[in-house]
Amino acid sequence: MNFQIPIGPQHPALKEPISLRMTVDGEVITDVDIRLGYNHRGLEKLAEEKTWLQNIYLTERICGICSHSHSSCFVQGVEKLMELTPPRRGLYIRYLVSELERVHSHLLWLGVAGHEAGFDSFFMYTWRDREVVMDLLEMISGNRVHYAMNTLGGVRRDLDEGQKARILEGVAILRKRSEYYFHIGASEPSFVARIAGVGLLSKEQAVSLCAVGPVARASGVARDVRKEDPYAVYDELDFELCTADTCDVLGRVVVRVKELLQSYRMIEQMVKGLPDGDIVVKAPRKAKPGEVVSRYEAPRGENIHYIKANGSDKPERLKVRAPTLGNYAATLVMLRKGFIADIPLIFAAIDPCICCAERTVTLVKAGSGEESVVRMSDLRRRAIARHQNAPVKRNAVWPL
Amino acid sequence: MAVVRTVLYLVVYPGLLFLFVYSTFCEWFDRKVYARFQNRMGPTHTGRFGVLQPIADFFKLMAKEDVVPDAADKRLFSVLPVIGLAVVSTAGLLLPVWNFDLANPGWTSFSGDIIVILYLLSLPTLILFLAAWSSTNLFSTIGGARVLTMLFGYEVPLFLAVLSPAILADSWRLAEIAAFYQAKPLLLLTNILGFFIALVAVQAKLERTPFDIPHAETEIVGGTFTEYSGKKLALFRLTFDIEMVVASGLLAAVFLGGFPGGAVVGFIHFVVKTLFIIFLLSLLRALTSRIRIDQVVSFAWKYLAPLAVLQLLATILLKGLIT
Repeated sequence: MNFQIPIGPQHPALKEPISLRMTVDGEVITDVDIRLGYNHRGLEKLAEEKTWLQNIYLTERICGICSHSHSSCFVQGVEKLMELTPPRRGLYIRYLVSELERVHSHLLWLGVAGHEAGFDSFFMYTWRDREVVMDLLEMISGNRVHYAMNTLGGVRRDLDEGQKARILEGVAILRKRSEYYFHIGASEPSFVARIAGVGLLSKEQAVSLCAVGPVARASGVARDVRKEDPYAVYDELDFELCTADTCDVLGRVVVRVKELLQSYRMIEQMVKGLPDGDIVVKAPRKAKPGEVVSRYEAPRGENIHYIKANGSDKPERLKVRAPTLGNYAATLVMLRKGFIADIPLIFAAIDPCICCAERTVTLVKAGSGEESVVRMSDLRRRAIARHQNAPVKRNAVWPL
Repeated sequence: MAVVRTVLYLVVYPGLLFLFVYSTFCEWFDRKVYARFQNRMGPTHTGRFGVLQPIADFFKLMAKEDVVPDAADKRLFSVLPVIGLAVVSTAGLLLPVWNFDLANPGWTSFSGDIIVILYLLSLPTLILFLAAWSSTNLFSTIGGARVLTMLFGYEVPLFLAVLSPAILADSWRLAEIAAFYQAKPLLLLTNILGFFIALVAVQAKLERTPFDIPHAETEIVGGTFTEYSGKKLALFRLTFDIEMVVASGLLAAVFLGGFPGGAVVGFIHFVVKTLFIIFLLSLLRALTSRIRIDQVVSFAWKYLAPLAVLQLLATILLKGLIT
């Protein structure tokens, strides 16, 4: 029995809209097609209309989970363009928040993986412990999600001794809990049976399909911007690059939990070795003409911002390559020949953040499925024509 | 007078009304235990400790819009929830808690009622399959196929496990099996393996984690129930609740020595023992993750079925030793 099932754009396994069209034969997937463009927000265009400072808060809103990653990546690039050197203390606090964000993102992902596998107890426990790091972030920045810590030339808030002590306490709790999750994730039989050998991606495939982040590292590709091209403080920190060679979802779980433990190490080093001094230097209003590529290891993988300046107080072009986009090609390979039951697990294992990666819209006719490319002005004209001709609907009854 | 008694028996106690109240209580118990295992509160708001939450859920669902898809087989689609509820409620009447006389078999307790109750507990699975198939939704169709595939896995171990105590007691009547083990409680220990096999199989029959595959939310949306809403969904949920009570009552009667001591003490036995079994089912649900459909079948035939056969052989040997 060969038929196509639509996973998305609305589906309980997906928290954001994307369409995966699975051709299945019984329970086995024979072909996969992926459709993007349900959540395009025109962020890159919007960035061209805002000043450098305003753009920090815009880039922060690219993603709701790795918000600090995008703003840090952007700020790094702009600082290079403006030839600014932020003070050491400012950098330490910025990347301390980065690592705390990685902890919250990976704990969130662990819970989601548990939920997708139907292991709701795991989900509840990890999300309960995630509150520890959320509270720490709120204490540091005043916010749980959009921290707004970054500014050009440093950070906006300082740390005091009491906060440092509380961060160390929180990290000690989290380390103990994470070791327990490592034990559960790698040994609970029904969970391991679901994730071992599922969603295989060989090392060669991972390299040729340009997989990034934990997906690549779980296939044995030692790729991490923090090690390869250490930015800011990472060359001063002592940490290990975590990889696995099982090439499956189990490997991705293991890599993420190991990264959690490495992040705790880094957080402790940064808190204990926090230098004295200012947290910010004054930034100019305009940047000299030029272009820069900024790389940053987000929780989901390598995040790239390309920024072009034309001498004014606004960027001429901002191009964002979110890590999820780099993993789509690998996802298609991983899904093929899998079971229907594996779809949510394999797709969740890339830790998709769909709205970060949306850069285009495709117009598809609902009836025929015909696709077309239309200019914005034309689309606007059509919309006006349609609404002028349409009769006013009063008490409209929507057919079910 | 006899007519009034029969009507009361069917409608009030231990018929529909009692089963409704007790099964919603059991659902509350299950939800609360499951929530406490997960470090959550569970229902707290409706009634004391949230006891009335399942009833509130039921009535809320009853009031919701009831949509029947255009492409569905409308008559079959609408009638199946009622049949399902009727079947499991009938099975509830056969539990040897109330209204049985050991010496005189009646229409609620007769030789062979263990087979009838097992049969009545198998019917909801087929009803689920038909419901899924008649709603013609893609996700329902996959769910329906999964329901049947799973049935092939757990049904044989369940039957073997439940029937081996009956063989030792030398009776096909639930009341007599229970009376046999009440007289010789030590013999219950020989059936422990069968008890755990039956527990796992009942978990699969009730489609709870790790066997919630036919309605795995993150894979196939609502699975078998994707197109069901309103009253029909409420009835299906009630069906599952009552099935949980009846199945745990059956296990209690066969493996835990039944419900001795007349109406009141017997009833207390019934509540304590069914809640104990539901507690074990909740524990299993909290400790595991959902497995794949092929893993269910291979697990059932590689482990459950051979172990059930082992239990059967042990029972037969023991019976030879005793007599």
